[in-house]
Amino acid sequence: METFLNWFPLDLPLIAQNFDRFLVGVRVTLGLTFLSLALGAALAVPLAIARASRHRVLNPLVWTYTYVFRGTPLLVQTYLLYYGAGQFAFIRDSWLWDPVLSQAWWCALIAFTLNTAAYSTELLRGAIVDTPAGEVEAAIATGHSYCGRLRRIILPSAFRRAIPAYSNEVIFMLHGSVVASTITLQDILGVGRWLNGRYYLAYEGLITAAVLYFIIVFAITRVFRWLERRYLRHLERRREPAAAAVAPPMGIK
Amino acid sequence: MTEPALRVENIRKSFGGHEVLKGISMSAAKGDVVAILGASGSGKSTFLRCINLLETPTDGKVWLKGEEMRMTSRQGERRPADLRQVERMRARLAMVFQGFNLWSHMTVMENITEGPVHVLGTPRREAREKAAALLAKVGLSDRADYYPAHLSGGQQQRVAIARALAMEPDVMLFDEPTSALDPELVGEVLAVMRALADEGRTMLVVTHEMAFARDVSSRTVFLHQGQICEEGPPDQLFRNPQTDQFRAFLSRMN
Repeated sequence: METFLNWFPLDLPLIAQNFDRFLVGVRVTLGLTFLSLALGAALAVPLAIARASRHRVLNPLVWTYTYVFRGTPLLVQTYLLYYGAGQFAFIRDSWLWDPVLSQAWWCALIAFTLNTAAYSTELLRGAIVDTPAGEVEAAIATGHSYCGRLRRIILPSAFRRAIPAYSNEVIFMLHGSVVASTITLQDILGVGRWLNGRYYLAYEGLITAAVLYFIIVFAITRVFRWLERRYLRHLERRREPAAAAVAPPMGIK
Repeated sequence: MTEPALRVENIRKSFGGHEVLKGISMSAAKGDVVAILGASGSGKSTFLRCINLLETPTDGKVWLKGEEMRMTSRQGERRPADLRQVERMRARLAMVFQGFNLWSHMTVMENITEGPVHVLGTPRREAREKAAALLAKVGLSDRADYYPAHLSGGQQQRVAIARALAMEPDVMLFDEPTSALDPELVGEVLAVMRALADEGRTMLVVTHEMAFARDVSSRTVFLHQGQICEEGPPDQLFRNPQTDQFRAFLSRMN
């Protein structure tokens, strides 16, 4: 064991000693990532409906929002909020300043949420627009109202078809959350950088962080594989060879 | 005099400058099976879609059991006066499509109970029991938990017919129900439709199946260039076509 540790290029005991700090980092990363994903998804549903509609005001309005947030880096958006917002006296004086905008965590959460909401909106808009026209017509012909159509046919169908693409968004958001470490937050990468800085190391902190991110991504892909298997069954090819002989329909003797 | 189940008057439809329907009037009494024939482009599908307002007719009126579908016009464009009323009337006008149009994310059972539960407000249990009976009727009892993509075309269309029946409609609209099917699957769908006709259902059937029109319909209508060219009892119409257009159509189909 002793010789292995001497030979091994990473200082494993040091990592083990600081592992509780990394676990706190995991909590910060997961908290920011999944909270912003949840809030972003909640925002994305109505925004995607507006983007899929031909509404003359809402559609271009939402388009502008998604265009801006998808067209600029997450890092820039976060900096603008964290460093930029405080430059304005009226923001510093507003009720939002004290508990929210002066806090790095809140700035990160808001920036991440707006960013993922923009991507999720466009992703969901595509799925909504791709709903087979015939299925929508069948819903209209059945007497469904616009809201009934959305709630019962269009959205359930679109959500399902958006699952594979959304798994990418979740992973991008997890990786994007490293931005938090640049505004003082001790997320996974933040702890890794702290470890490297504290002990003048080159790899230990970064590699530990990388391994932790990797494990989380692995878990995410597992969850999505399960979701796809459960919710996309209806798109799979037929499992059985040919349908077995069926009782003849009425009228055939 | 009792009100006909369905009456339409002077239905017109233009797309851009092109007039597809040039004023069609007809009515169907309860239990009538009206077969609508015509070459492609004659406007027969558009006519059917104007009845339940999947297309908004440029002009004309529709009555369902004496209730008029109220229309209004805004900025020169005709539109329903009351969307709620249109939705109510659509629920009484079930439609069966050429491409089946089953909801792909729902099982067969969910497809059939969707309308009754979420449009008509039938209790779920009752809807499921009725759906099971309808599935037995179309010969698909063992497919209740299948998704549409896992069924053959003929089976999907029979589910679509069960879905339409579940609404207990006053009138059923069939838009070329067998045109998208492989030839060997046409028979099973026609058999179901024949049985519905025998039950006394009121049906408007746009079709290319001459045998169905001749043997099953109580009245056959031949559309040509957006107008009713010939109509009458099928045996009379087929035996003794009055117009060159219908004669030419018949000889092309045979």
